[in-house]
Amino acid sequence: MLHATELLGAEAYDAQGNFVGRVTELFIEPADQPNRVARMLLGRGKYLPLVVRYDHVASVAPGRVRLNVEEKALEHYRPNEAWLAVQKDLLDQQIIDTDGRKVVRVNDLNLAEQRTNGTIELRVTQVDIGLTGAVRRLLQGLAPPSMIRRIQAKLPARLIRWEFVNLIEPDPLRRVKLRMTPQKLERLHPADLADIMEKLSPAEREAIIASVDEPTAAEALAELDARLTTQIVEKLDPERAAGIIEEMEPDQAADLLAGLRPETSQELLREMPGEEAQEVRALLRFDENTAGGMMNPEFVFVGETATRDEVVEWIRSKDVDLDQLDTVFLIDGEARFSGAVRLSRLLLAAPDQRMVELKAEPLLWVPPEAEDKEVFELFDKYNLRSLGVVDQSSRPIGAITVDDVVSRLRANQ
Amino acid sequence: MNWTAISARLESWRTRGQAVRQRTRRIRRRLAVFLAVVGPGLIVSNVDNDAGGIYTYSLAGAQFGYTVLWSLIPMTFALYVTLEMCSRMGAVTGKGLSDLIREQFGFRVTFFVMAAVLLVNLGNVLAEFAGVASAMQIFGVSKYVSVPLAAIIVWVLVLRGTARRVEKIFLAVCVVYLAYVVSAVLAKPDWMRALLHLLPPHALQWIPAAKPFVVVPRIDGSYLLILAALVGTTIAPWQHFYLQAAVVEKRVGPRQYAHTRKDVLVGSISCMVIVFFIIVCTAATLYASGHRHINDAAEAAQALRPLAGRWASVLFALGLLNASLFAASILPLSTAYVICEALGFESGIDRKFSEARIFYWLYTAMLVVGGGLILLPGAPLIRIAVLSQVANGFLLPIVLIFVLLLVNRRDLMGELTNSRGFNLVAWATSIAMIVLTIVLVYAALFRPGEALGISPGLP
Repeated sequence: MLHATELLGAEAYDAQGNFVGRVTELFIEPADQPNRVARMLLGRGKYLPLVVRYDHVASVAPGRVRLNVEEKALEHYRPNEAWLAVQKDLLDQQIIDTDGRKVVRVNDLNLAEQRTNGTIELRVTQVDIGLTGAVRRLLQGLAPPSMIRRIQAKLPARLIRWEFVNLIEPDPLRRVKLRMTPQKLERLHPADLADIMEKLSPAEREAIIASVDEPTAAEALAELDARLTTQIVEKLDPERAAGIIEEMEPDQAADLLAGLRPETSQELLREMPGEEAQEVRALLRFDENTAGGMMNPEFVFVGETATRDEVVEWIRSKDVDLDQLDTVFLIDGEARFSGAVRLSRLLLAAPDQRMVELKAEPLLWVPPEAEDKEVFELFDKYNLRSLGVVDQSSRPIGAITVDDVVSRLRANQ
Repeated sequence: MNWTAISARLESWRTRGQAVRQRTRRIRRRLAVFLAVVGPGLIVSNVDNDAGGIYTYSLAGAQFGYTVLWSLIPMTFALYVTLEMCSRMGAVTGKGLSDLIREQFGFRVTFFVMAAVLLVNLGNVLAEFAGVASAMQIFGVSKYVSVPLAAIIVWVLVLRGTARRVEKIFLAVCVVYLAYVVSAVLAKPDWMRALLHLLPPHALQWIPAAKPFVVVPRIDGSYLLILAALVGTTIAPWQHFYLQAAVVEKRVGPRQYAHTRKDVLVGSISCMVIVFFIIVCTAATLYASGHRHINDAAEAAQALRPLAGRWASVLFALGLLNASLFAASILPLSTAYVICEALGFESGIDRKFSEARIFYWLYTAMLVVGGGLILLPGAPLIRIAVLSQVANGFLLPIVLIFVLLLVNRRDLMGELTNSRGFNLVAWATSIAMIVLTIVLVYAALFRPGEALGISPGLP
């Protein structure tokens, strides 16, 4: 096994044994092979640098590279955006460890030597983020390689397998050229993704939101610190931003839009389809710190005379948001709010039991102007999971769920 | 009044309150943004008036009276210019200064810078505990009690509190610096003269109306030295790391940056206002009565007693204690933070011990070593304070050059690199400070007597 630091600065000799130059950079060409060191850059002082292709390498050892061609066969270097530069793009930079779900800084790369018909190919196997890499970076060139190897053998290693490494490239064009796909990030839990994003710089956060699919972006944004969310959304292309907000729960969308500049939020609302925009607009009228500002206008309500089976059948037939399904709200014959039934009671009820018999006592609801403190108290006192919001004419207009309460309480801390 | 009337009244207040809240929603939100962003600048500038700083200011006042006051205005400017660059970098890049050095200059450079930061800041922590020891000695408390107690208080405060609460405590502590204002008022200075000396006396003496009130200092070795010392204690390398990290931690983006800039400006000015009062206090008493030689800040506090009364003295010592404690709680924390971030260890007081072991060990070790060395019998407290300033002087030019190189990188800062005018000012400030700190370092190393204020010509 070799390390990138042992190769950077190594002397390169051609097939005749003549000194050609020193390795100044290693390139990976992800579009071709995701882990192969495809090119080495040889610096030659005042002469133009040369490029060594992977099949030009006869042997490698720490500090020494032997080529199987003559110097004449090597090409001059021309910068290429599709090449991932180990020194410039990887070493000392932050990457996402999608396995450990963390942001880490790269100290070194571990390379495996693979012999293929007479040449040596180098494959990146792991990224070193621990003390071993740090010691190597510090001592490389100052102490003999054998001594460095002896020291690092005693140190605990912290390695991340190359498959789990996710690079963060703010430039969208370069992302395409480097074949960087967001799949690894999309597989993370949105809350983890949000945590990771909080560790990154603004440009990198924007890059992540711009590259993952809309549902993932929406969920991650909803989990993110409110100030970061506004910073990101204001930088996004409006069409994309509207697409993401559309995927969010209406109450979360309203919270987000309320934090934006008025012009921006108006523009985004115009970009959104009519029905969703309507819902969000309605929510934006309420002060953030009231029940109206907390509620979600999408909730499940049924007539109070319906039986358990009818309700279950109805819910099955609808595309109901599962997060809103803790509680089923009831309305009477005149569409007035008349109660709430917990899902657990619904589960245990007999098939033909009517909703009225199942509803929770006492009858609890809040007007949209109710202050958040009042809402918290009700949730605490009655151990609620969900609370109906009812307007002046007794019509249910939304529901507050316990996750809204928890995130508010955390934010107020 | 019966019950229904009372409840009706309450109800009407409630609705009125709601109406007011509705109407002030915009302003409240804006205020909330401001308050959420404010803090780092104020804290970082105030911590600057630490034990070493207070000693230097007292000495300046005692030796040269009001004639050093004019340097405060250019110093405010220099402090603001250098800190503003760091806060701007934090807001634009979202990365700490040590992260940027790591990403742009590689591991080895970062390692040596961080090693220097660790050593220099350890020296500063020592000086802070020396300040705690000597301030508490005035109140008759032995250093063997006060220093361990201070270390434990600081350790618990920072490790048991959440980041936000700790910051609130720190902000509240800034108020204690007002003790120096009271102290200065009790010293009954000639305010008109003091204010007049905020303008350079060398220029002022040509204005006939002002001339009779102005004392023109003789510019000699010891005067230059005290100016260099003032600059050296006012602008310290650790501030730049701390401020930028705090701006990033507060998630200030380019949009909220205007608030942060105000925060830094207010901080720089408030820091200098306190310095003004310290110098005025000792100038009106020690200088005026010919007591021009003091060995440390605590001695200044004691010397105030016969001249300005017991309260002036007590408040002065209290201010010193507060400043030392304040700096002792911030310095080890910021050092551990900066080093761990740069070298890729987990960090932050929101992490558990098992998650961020190196961070917590570094933090604890700085407190233990810093406090422990002070407890050695016969520890040369004053020499430690002076040497820590010298160490700052060595590191500051390096840090400033990194800052200037980074802040002018277009790939990092985009449109918000320094403008040409700002660059001119920033480089001029940095070079002036580098020259002055070299003077200070030279003096402290080769003429330690003068650096301590024990120049032969003075009593």
